Amino acid sequence: MVRIQQGAFSLSPDLTDDQIKKQIEYATKKKFAIAIEYTDDPHPRNCYWEMWGLPLFDLPDASAILYEINECRKAYPNQYVKVNAFDNTRGVESTALSFIVQRPAFEPGFYLNRQEGKGRNIIYTIQSYAVQSATEGSRY
Amino acid sequence: MSDASERSRIKSERYESGVIPYKKMGYWDADYTIKESDVLCLFRLTPQPGVDPIEAAAAIAGESSTATWTVVWTDLLTACDVYRAKAYFVEEVPNSSTEFFAFIAYECDLFEEGSIANLTASIIGNVFGFKAVKALRLEDMRLPFAYLKTFIGPASGVIVERERLDVFGRPLLGATVKPKLGLSGKNYGRVVYEGLKGGLDFLKDDENINSQPFMRWRERFLYVMEGINRASAKTGAVKGSYLNVTAATMEDMYERAEFAREVGSIIIMIDLVIGYTAIQSMCIWGRKNDTIVHLHRAGHSTYTRQKSHGINFRVICKWMRMSGVDHIHAGTVVGKLEGDPKAVKGFYDTLLLTKLKEDRSTGIFFDMDWASLRKCLPVASGGIHCGQMHQLTELLGEDVVLQFGGGTIGHPDGIQAGATANRVALESMILAKNEGRNYIKEGPQILKDAAKECRPLQTALDLWKSITFEYASTDTMDFEVTPTSSAS
Repeated sequence: MVRIQQGAFSLSPDLTDDQIKKQIEYATKKKFAIAIEYTDDPHPRNCYWEMWGLPLFDLPDASAILYEINECRKAYPNQYVKVNAFDNTRGVESTALSFIVQRPAFEPGFYLNRQEGKGRNIIYTIQSYAVQSATEGSRY
Repeated sequence: MSDASERSRIKSERYESGVIPYKKMGYWDADYTIKESDVLCLFRLTPQPGVDPIEAAAAIAGESSTATWTVVWTDLLTACDVYRAKAYFVEEVPNSSTEFFAFIAYECDLFEEGSIANLTASIIGNVFGFKAVKALRLEDMRLPFAYLKTFIGPASGVIVERERLDVFGRPLLGATVKPKLGLSGKNYGRVVYEGLKGGLDFLKDDENINSQPFMRWRERFLYVMEGINRASAKTGAVKGSYLNVTAATMEDMYERAEFAREVGSIIIMIDLVIGYTAIQSMCIWGRKNDTIVHLHRAGHSTYTRQKSHGINFRVICKWMRMSGVDHIHAGTVVGKLEGDPKAVKGFYDTLLLTKLKEDRSTGIFFDMDWASLRKCLPVASGGIHCGQMHQLTELLGEDVVLQFGGGTIGHPDGIQAGATANRVALESMILAKNEGRNYIKEGPQILKDAAKECRPLQTALDLWKSITFEYASTDTMDFEVTPTSSAS
């Protein structure tokens, strides 16, 4: 059992809805667009989680955004859900804040596979126990 | 007078053989109109007693461009007026009667495209030993857009590095493996593993860890990679450790860098002491090999710290962003090393902004557009700890790598606990800042509250609560002297 350390606040206690709302307010005040993403394949190199619709470019209302987050959580109660805030300012044009708002009740973590290479070199592969054990959608 | 060489002597006042003042040689022009393509320099100069500051400024312009100590007729074979640098403005440094700011403009064609070595061979080549000046300091430079476009800039820089690491909206966290010297490869990798597992993004070799008898570089790289991959599997996050490839020769450095890439490291490290050309070469290597390049500014204080002589660190920041390093150590303000808050802000702005605006309060003397060269990530390292998190957040912002070496490894409950304390402290402060709380004032309380859920943080706060480094800075702005206070 591990606690995945992705996202800005993953070593703190899980954020309450009120805390999430305050972070969203911060982001929308800075004109960031909020995007909601979910996955049951949280491999550290999986940078393409599934999108819960498009980023909410036209939605500055924190309550409405929180509603969408909760809809996503309801639809995928056993998956990872994260909130991204996108900043399209010149010179950034990338994510400006990203944090996890839901994780599965049990996180089995990752298996480190070692392939013996030349000399003492080892070729490492990280594999998710959950991903290997079941098909997409029924992993957690 | 029958000899032809005597008959053909030059009679014009300007080119008559001998020694004439530099300002009369064309190196001083108070009415000069600055061209967009000019390289501009600001020097702080202390003339020898009795030397006219304008003549000293002209002499610097002369010696750092075309002149020598005496008149040479071969100038007339060139479009010499174009190639002469022009001192165009001299003013007294505020609150000083012996120091002057001298502004000098250089034609862009004086410098080879894409070469820091060539640029610096002119600008800081001979003039710093010039007898007519008692002391000389290069305070700032305006590099023109066209010239900047001939440099590669950081290959990844802030934005791409964040995307690769998947860390957004908080400073990155790191630690330097301690003790700096003496650990075996196996023990070294242990420190890397524990720190990363506890919540850091990076661990790091120190500047003087290369390949010594107690631990050769291959041994270090292999054990560090085991630590990184173990921690990555344990935490589900991308992790790294700066592998220092600094070595005696370029061939050695390339060999070490190749091996770092082969074993899967996302980042390598070099020291400033390897020199500008070697730095540029390693940055090109990094770009070709998808590897982030971390620069430790080892050695810089020998010439950046004293106010009257040397190079201001903000100029080094400019040269290094042009060279293409992705990371550079740029000060902590509150830690154990030199750093006036205003000056450090100037360094961070120089590394991170896309356009600089003149602001003398932070030591930025010129407007400068960075010509889309990527942002170079500043690294804060040296004597900082989690009890200062509110101050670090205020002073250094989000785009920074906070490196707690002793502040991680010195934790009474171990390295993992130290790492977790730092990460939780950081998260609590970013949460509070984003919530709009007055985190500077409430900082100690925010940390105390976060520590209720995190024993390692409580332990760290208890241990280091009273550690501060309060000494007046040496390299200060000329408007005020600010002590580096870390009192809360």
